[in-house]
Amino acid sequence: MTKEEKKELQVAACKIRKGVIEGVHAAKSGHPGGALSSAEIFAYLYFKELRVDPANPKDADRDRFVLSKGHACPGLYAALALKGYFPWDELKKLRHIGAMLQGHPDMKGTPGVDMSTGSLGQGVSAACGMALAGKLDGKGYRVYSLLGDGELEEGEVWEASMFAGHHKLDNLCLIVDNNGLQIDGPVSEVGGPEPIDEKFKAFGFDVQKINGNSLDDIEKSIEHAKTVKGKPSVIIASTVKGKGVSYMENQVGWHGKAPNDEQYETAMCELNKQLSELEAE
Amino acid sequence: MSEMVKKATRESYGMALTELAEQFPQIVVLDADLAEATKTAMFKKKYPGRFIDCGIAECNMIGVAAGLAACGKIPFATSFAMFAAGRAYEQVRNSVAYPKLNVKIVGSHAGISVGEDGATHQCLEDIALMRELPGMVVLNPSDHYEMKAAVKAAAEHYGPVYIRLGRLAVESFNNGDDYKFELGKGITLRGGKDITIIATGLMVSRALEAVKALEKKGIDARLINIHTIKPIDRDIIIKAAKETGKIVTVEEHSVIGGLGDAVSSVLCEEYPAPVVKIGVNDQFGHSGPADDLLEQYGLCASHIEEVTEKALGK
Repeated sequence: MTKEEKKELQVAACKIRKGVIEGVHAAKSGHPGGALSSAEIFAYLYFKELRVDPANPKDADRDRFVLSKGHACPGLYAALALKGYFPWDELKKLRHIGAMLQGHPDMKGTPGVDMSTGSLGQGVSAACGMALAGKLDGKGYRVYSLLGDGELEEGEVWEASMFAGHHKLDNLCLIVDNNGLQIDGPVSEVGGPEPIDEKFKAFGFDVQKINGNSLDDIEKSIEHAKTVKGKPSVIIASTVKGKGVSYMENQVGWHGKAPNDEQYETAMCELNKQLSELEAE
Repeated sequence: MSEMVKKATRESYGMALTELAEQFPQIVVLDADLAEATKTAMFKKKYPGRFIDCGIAECNMIGVAAGLAACGKIPFATSFAMFAAGRAYEQVRNSVAYPKLNVKIVGSHAGISVGEDGATHQCLEDIALMRELPGMVVLNPSDHYEMKAAVKAAAEHYGPVYIRLGRLAVESFNNGDDYKFELGKGITLRGGKDITIIATGLMVSRALEAVKALEKKGIDARLINIHTIKPIDRDIIIKAAKETGKIVTVEEHSVIGGLGDAVSSVLCEEYPAPVVKIGVNDQFGHSGPADDLLEQYGLCASHIEEVTEKALGK
């Protein structure tokens, strides 16, 4: 990507982070940590990679994105709003009664959401079904699915991975947001899904390990995944949970908690500063 | 009158899928290593490119079906009822029913007539699990002709459908030449004014035998076949209660949450009438030949006859 493109994506990632904080603060609940860690991934996918059109969200030939770690939806919603699927103001009604934006993604009610997710492990199976449909119909679309590292403790992830490897779904690319923390503590202490790379290799995947907060790394890995033939891809993206908001970074307590008014101001102040620095460059 | 055939409804299902394949090019069939038993192997043989064996991983199978449906396919995801509706219940709820995807979940070897495999494989709860899900259509056809028509109706209906299949061969009693399957409509198989027996699935043929035996004793019992447990035909049930007073329900399922409860719920709200439920009474099954088990658990014509007489105070 060019320098200008990269700057645009950095700006998009920062705006997505602002959307996450605005949404979760307005909802007084939700999951900021794992949405912030994935901001570069959302930005890259929606503003560089995915062949999608907000004016035609159900286009049969579009690329698909399944947020298997559905709780990170404040990040997805911010990306979709920024892309033009719905007005930004919807973020401020997140989780409110009667609002479009549900606590976990709802494909029936939210344009741009390709699959209803939230119950961990299930999105990966649906992504496999979408990739298989593409193969059966000879369509050229690609399917991306973002998982949490804690989510890898769900058995269904491995049922789906075995399926993807067996059916050689090379149009499927999983991305693991490897931020190292889950609700009860560090992933290594709670459930121990490591070694993640070895597991996916054993299930027949092309495996890459990257810095998931680096747009250069994301680009390189996505471009490589597109060249892989005969097997599915997984990108294990090492990220910082809570990235961009100093007091949330690497803090397990910010997995599923909303900032209070004071914390909200601090977070927005930090993100606005990051944004203005980016725009001034 | 069409030819009488003795077939298990799982076989009729396999035949129906194969016959519908050309008319519905979006149909794909998924199984979880039970294709020979569920009879999806018939489809696999003729349309191997549209058959997906998911291996022994039913939860993933339902999720894959959801993804296929989200891309315009009509997946028939098939396994034993125990696993399709039981093990993968949460996938059916969250990945199929909640997004209202066009997936057909097919549970074979339902009920106690699985026989020798025993309690772990005898699903007596699938109707209850599926009928509580918003938007789920629940079908439990009773013979060969009805099953074939039901599979077609499921393919034509947009949205999630659960179809219950049996292992045991059943003598057909519907007339294949003029049989009409209307989703959500019960069928009055025998008119009657003394009492109404409402049966579903495998139990309809047993109930028919019971009604014939009762007739010889001078009891004029009405028989209603409910192939669609959800949405249930409220009118036919209310009319029966008004005209015959008492109701007996018969199902090869737990008496908790199945046909009997569905019928009772309609009557509680609309026209309170006594309902006697025949089914499995809050118990697990066990191993044994299917017919012996059905008799032991009271799922046979003689027990239906006895219960009906008792309900009439005879």
